[in-house]
Amino acid sequence: MNKEKDLVDKKSHTVQQLEMEVQPEETANSLPILDDSLLEKVRYLFSGTVLLAAWWLVYENLLGFSRFVTYHMLPLHEGTHLGATTEFFIYEVPKVLLLLTLIVFFVGIIRSFFTPERTRRILAGSRESIGHVLAGLLGVVTPFCSCSAVPLFMGFLTAGVPLGVTFSFLVTAPMVNEVALVLLFGLFGWKVATLYMVTGLFVALTTGVIIGRLRMERHLEDWVLELTADKPATAQLEIEEERVSWEERVRFGIDAVKDIVLKVWPYVTIGIAVGAGIHGYVPENFLAGVMGKDAWWAVPVAVLIGVPMYSNAAGIIPVVQALLSKGAAFGTVLAFMMAVIAISTPEAIILRKVLKLRLIAVFIGVVTVGIIAVGYLFNIVL
Amino acid sequence: MKVEILGVGCAKCHKLFDLVNDIVKKNGIDAEVHKVEDIKVFSQYNVFMTPALVVNGEVKVAGKVPKESEILKWLSS
Repeated sequence: MNKEKDLVDKKSHTVQQLEMEVQPEETANSLPILDDSLLEKVRYLFSGTVLLAAWWLVYENLLGFSRFVTYHMLPLHEGTHLGATTEFFIYEVPKVLLLLTLIVFFVGIIRSFFTPERTRRILAGSRESIGHVLAGLLGVVTPFCSCSAVPLFMGFLTAGVPLGVTFSFLVTAPMVNEVALVLLFGLFGWKVATLYMVTGLFVALTTGVIIGRLRMERHLEDWVLELTADKPATAQLEIEEERVSWEERVRFGIDAVKDIVLKVWPYVTIGIAVGAGIHGYVPENFLAGVMGKDAWWAVPVAVLIGVPMYSNAAGIIPVVQALLSKGAAFGTVLAFMMAVIAISTPEAIILRKVLKLRLIAVFIGVVTVGIIAVGYLFNIVL
Repeated sequence: MKVEILGVGCAKCHKLFDLVNDIVKKNGIDAEVHKVEDIKVFSQYNVFMTPALVVNGEVKVAGKVPKESEILKWLSS
């Protein structure tokens, strides 16, 4: 644990710096007088700007740094396999971790505005058609992992959120999130990240709309139905919301960075190491025959393998790296990634406690078909 | 004192359970600590973010692992 922490400390200076800036001020601010709080805000703004500038400086100079380390500090030569691999690794790891730190921090702050309580109030209060779109967008920024899927699911239903809209949320939340998007952006560019986000939302909303249209409420477990029937929607919604100060939001962002970046960095490092190895050594188009565009069966097979598997966005990145660099078609790989993240066996087992088998089958079926369609679409378009 | 930790086997739920057990032991608090995995109970408590900490039937926190000092405050009052 300690060793792990040390490593991270070295890698993400920004996290540590942010912490040091904020910690001592937290206690001092317990009695906010106007002048003090204003001063506090200015200090936050100032240290924020300085940190951002520092971040940018480091980010901009990474390429030079990696070349310097590889060819001047290490006895490696330009144009060799080992040199290319090392340069790639030393450049990409800090780059992706820096991006991740920055984005997770800001998304953390955005998330502090969309607590689950507020999310379900927004969803319960909107019309179903708008509800789906809102559910998808909120799914992107709401804190959520598939292990808390079921309690959240119940919370939405008891608040009067329609079943279809709940599913739109349930599919989006784990699949389209800032970690997946940053990793895709860092490793494959903004086009891939945008395509992933748009198609991921599309699959999620389609699933939600279809389940809503099929009127599958009676396929909820009986006790869930009773619960949603005898608790009027309004009784649930009066949870008091405390006013959250900016200091707390910043702290929320820092916590998110600690939480997520600490959890994710080993996967990122492994993923990039795999990518770097392939980058330097493995001939391109190694997998083109099996997973290339011409193999029409590759997409459904990849998705069917991916559906029962359980991983988060970060864990799957090494595999994505490896497959892509070896010549697998982009749509096939993207579909595989979505399938792994969106649904899994453990999630299905927990969902079984609140859904009857038929509804689970429809849920998994629709998502699977949607992802396969996305896979084919990309293989054709790209 | 009756302490319940609500959660369906997520990593943070285990973390909270261990943390609460540690605090109880370290401070010699007289409390029964239980893990609750039945989702029906979650709904009764109106909890929809896990892990959640319930002390004597009152939900103290849901959706995150609170700080040790906070837990100690709830357990010693």
